[in-house]
Amino acid sequence: MPASRRAATLPLLLFALLAAAPFLGLGEGWMMTLLARGMILGLAALSLWLVVGGAGLVSLGHAAMLGIGAYAVVALDEARITEALVVAPAAIGAAALFALLTGAVALRTAGVPFIMITLAFGQMAFFTAASLAFYGGDDGYTLYARSTLAGGRWLENRLGFHYLCLALLAGAFLFCHLLLASRFGRVLRAARENPLRVQAVGFSPYPYRLLAYGIAGGMAGLAGFLLANATEFVAPSFLAWQRSGELLFMVILGGLGSPFGAVLGALALLLLEEGLGHLTPHWRLLLGPLLVLAVLFLRGGLVGLPAQLAGTRRHG
Amino acid sequence: MVEPVLRLDGLRKRFGGLTVTDAVSLAVAPGEIHAVIGPNGAGKTTLIHQVSGTLRPDAGRVLFAGQDVTGLPLARRARLGLARSFQITSVLPGFSALENVALAVQGRSGSSFRFLRPAAAEAMLNEAAMAALAQTGLAGRAAVPAAALSHGERRQLELAIALAMQPRLLLLDEPLAGTGPEEAERLVALLQGLRGRYAILLVEHDMAAVFALADRVSVLVQGRLLASGAPAAIRADPAVRVAYLGEDEAA
Repeated sequence: MPASRRAATLPLLLFALLAAAPFLGLGEGWMMTLLARGMILGLAALSLWLVVGGAGLVSLGHAAMLGIGAYAVVALDEARITEALVVAPAAIGAAALFALLTGAVALRTAGVPFIMITLAFGQMAFFTAASLAFYGGDDGYTLYARSTLAGGRWLENRLGFHYLCLALLAGAFLFCHLLLASRFGRVLRAARENPLRVQAVGFSPYPYRLLAYGIAGGMAGLAGFLLANATEFVAPSFLAWQRSGELLFMVILGGLGSPFGAVLGALALLLLEEGLGHLTPHWRLLLGPLLVLAVLFLRGGLVGLPAQLAGTRRHG
Repeated sequence: MVEPVLRLDGLRKRFGGLTVTDAVSLAVAPGEIHAVIGPNGAGKTTLIHQVSGTLRPDAGRVLFAGQDVTGLPLARRARLGLARSFQITSVLPGFSALENVALAVQGRSGSSFRFLRPAAAEAMLNEAAMAALAQTGLAGRAAVPAAALSHGERRQLELAIALAMQPRLLLLDEPLAGTGPEEAERLVALLQGLRGRYAILLVEHDMAAVFALADRVSVLVQGRLLASGAPAAIRADPAVRVAYLGEDEAA
């Protein structure tokens, strides 16, 4: 189908660009750090997209999953376990479990109550992390070293880490696409559009939403594993509700209609912050109005921009 | 006597001091079209909710396909073969007509906890969905998003979704609501075509349609069944005329 091929062009282009970035003069240390951070937050935003864009449930507690993934790295680091093949699954598992347990309660609701419950669970996780004195409490925890992969120190290597992040982001993106197009995803999308209709043909939306929430939690846990390794430092601020809001904003800025929007939104917001930060120390004063304008005028988010431009040209 | 598909046994529902459903008992036999009529506020919608499982009665039982389903929610009853259409059209606006119906097929064919294979490429789902669309005269509109269909076409789509469930009972809540005369005519012809193949419980305001379609008519007034019988008998019943059909029908 040409439509689906066209839809795949932009993501492929972006992933190719990210793959080529180290050889396009963007190989400097600070730039690589920024790109890795962008890809990791892209992965986190993608997992949130699964909940917001896929299932139609707005969560304001997603940073908790990210932070739990990061704290899984901390807990294992403290126990001197640094093998990524152990640490990453543990981070995924811990975050997915938290998502399933809190989701089991939160998904009894929808709309504003769902926002408030996810926010409350997120804050519980935040205060728990802040009270973990043996992991540094409020001050956070500095890792002894990055995780090893199959015994080798691949993650210490800038290029190695760059491509690991890229591979996981691209893989997660492909997974989201397949998931949403599957039977499971069809029920999920249908329940987002009209839960009553879905029940009338024999599906209870709850187990589908819960599983999607758990999968999203696992993906965010993976992002937390990467984030802990990127910064080699983990603090309760990873779980703060401001971070949840930031992730939500990335998803909305990018566009709810496609998982690519989340990736694009994360990279765009991060690069915008960085770019404005170089212009003026008061960059937040510029960022705010820009974001307001983006929400006002980009109806389909950044991913909807090409179609929107084509539309204006046709009408204008 | 044949075992009825649906049996309501002394259903009672009260909202505060108001009894909206009062000791309603009726049965729908296999292949029978059973219409429930009644003036506005008679409790038809509340009755439908109790049959489909969106409201729980205060007393009485709903027996469906030989099973007591009084405590089962909408989704469970749907899986047992109870397909309902809605008074206010309820489809998935962002889905194509085909995908709307394919979801219903998916509901009765295997697990939907399948994660990686594109559902849109499953020939079995699409073929069954196309068959239901063809049956309701929508085959040519399969690829159109439901939001872009006309009102009448969306009513046809509701019917296609219900048929795709291969139901034991069709529960049709005012299938003609909001349609123009031509659309109504097309839908009545469509329902005529289903006669004998499905048990249908029909709630409808359009009296011409009711008397053209129904094998049995039950009259609901203030939550209570006033009369139940063949269309001709109901039409001739003086109590029904006074309570409901009014002067124009009596004339």
